[in-house]
Amino acid sequence: MSLLHLQDITVGYQKPILARVTFQVKKGEVLGLSGSNGCGKSTLLKALSGEARIFSGIVTKLPELKISLQKQHPPRLADFPLSAHEYLTLMAADKAMLPPRLELLRHKRVDSLSGGQFQLLSIFACLASPSQLVLLDEPTNNLDPAGVSLLLEMLKNRRPEQGVILISHDHDFVHAATTRQIDLTTLHCSDL
Amino acid sequence: MMDLLFDPLFRLPLLIGLCASIVLPLLGAFLHAREEWLAALGVAHVTAAAQLVGAALGWPLLASGFLGAVIAVAAKQLSAQQGNLGYALMMLAGWAVLYLVAANSSLGESLGHALSDGQIFLVGKEQFIAILLVSLPFVACIPWWSQRLLRARFFSGYEQANKLPAWRWHGSFDLLSALLLAFSTASLGLMASFALVILPAWAVFGWSTSWKQSLVASVIIGVISYLIAFMIALSEDQPFAPVQVAILLTLAVLSRLSHLVIHRIK
Repeated sequence: MSLLHLQDITVGYQKPILARVTFQVKKGEVLGLSGSNGCGKSTLLKALSGEARIFSGIVTKLPELKISLQKQHPPRLADFPLSAHEYLTLMAADKAMLPPRLELLRHKRVDSLSGGQFQLLSIFACLASPSQLVLLDEPTNNLDPAGVSLLLEMLKNRRPEQGVILISHDHDFVHAATTRQIDLTTLHCSDL
Repeated sequence: MMDLLFDPLFRLPLLIGLCASIVLPLLGAFLHAREEWLAALGVAHVTAAAQLVGAALGWPLLASGFLGAVIAVAAKQLSAQQGNLGYALMMLAGWAVLYLVAANSSLGESLGHALSDGQIFLVGKEQFIAILLVSLPFVACIPWWSQRLLRARFFSGYEQANKLPAWRWHGSFDLLSALLLAFSTASLGLMASFALVILPAWAVFGWSTSWKQSLVASVIIGVISYLIAFMIALSEDQPFAPVQVAILLTLAVLSRLSHLVIHRIK
């Protein structure tokens, strides 16, 4: 069953950046979006989350579809006492699914975590949330090879009905993590 | 000195101040989370000005406080794009109105000083009812706000992506915050209220291990500083607000310094 269906949508901010995008995301699917820098991959995710503009086309969502969005640079406040446990609670994440490497960080403050630790925690918060669709923007940012392996494991161990759309410049990761890929390069419309 | 705390003559001021010293640090923790702590000063000035205008016109405190809070929330929304500059503009506008009305109204003049310096020992039942009416719902909303306001901060975009009715929690927080600042300013004074908003949370954020712990710790610091200030101001015949600010500042700096020292020793 389709969680999300895009039909010929054109997205951007003041002007269109990406045109005539058509795809659907089914339950359990991990869809990888690739394309050259600046082709509009992040804009497309932002359009799906309501932060960028959809100029035309049809977006059909499953009724009551819950979406989680992990941004390219997830916000983190300096000198702010939020524990990793509390951070996960904000997204109602199922902590029983917490991988051992993240379990060790559970009682640490979010502002004391390394960039890679925080990245993994932030992705886990989205994947373990009740959301049916998770949007991941450059999830391998700040991750070392062990972190990338853990990320692949987290994607594999998520709830089977959850759909994921991810953007990454890391081709090996995209091929290992996704069930299907779409190249957006040809749909970029800088000339419009 | 402790006898002063239980003197029936000062029971109402003690209770009003206790109420404020519990709730304002909680408000401060949220404002730090939203990076809006300067907004407290802007809102406090606007609400103080509205209350002074209300006093000059003979309005009851509850009515002028509510009107001031609504104006402050509207001004905050309008200046949201400007960030800190917007809050500074609110502060300057409130300050100008406050002192112009004070200078041109015999009724408002005494209140002008009271709002600025604090009039905790002169407060009555009206102030007590006003602050209680706001503090109770404010405390009751904290668990509901905590999850939603912090999620908005750390997972920005979630509310929009899911078309959540975010105005409910953002709007209720803004309105109750403004009311709380309005009524605490009327009793404790502008700077004492502002200090109770920003300093306790700042004092404990460095060493608290969790959000919940930081809320409890900031309330403890707020209450202790208030009780000490209350006793010193009464026994030494000092103005309350500067004593409150000085004690809170000392406690906050000591808290931050001791954390730094312990961190270095470890």
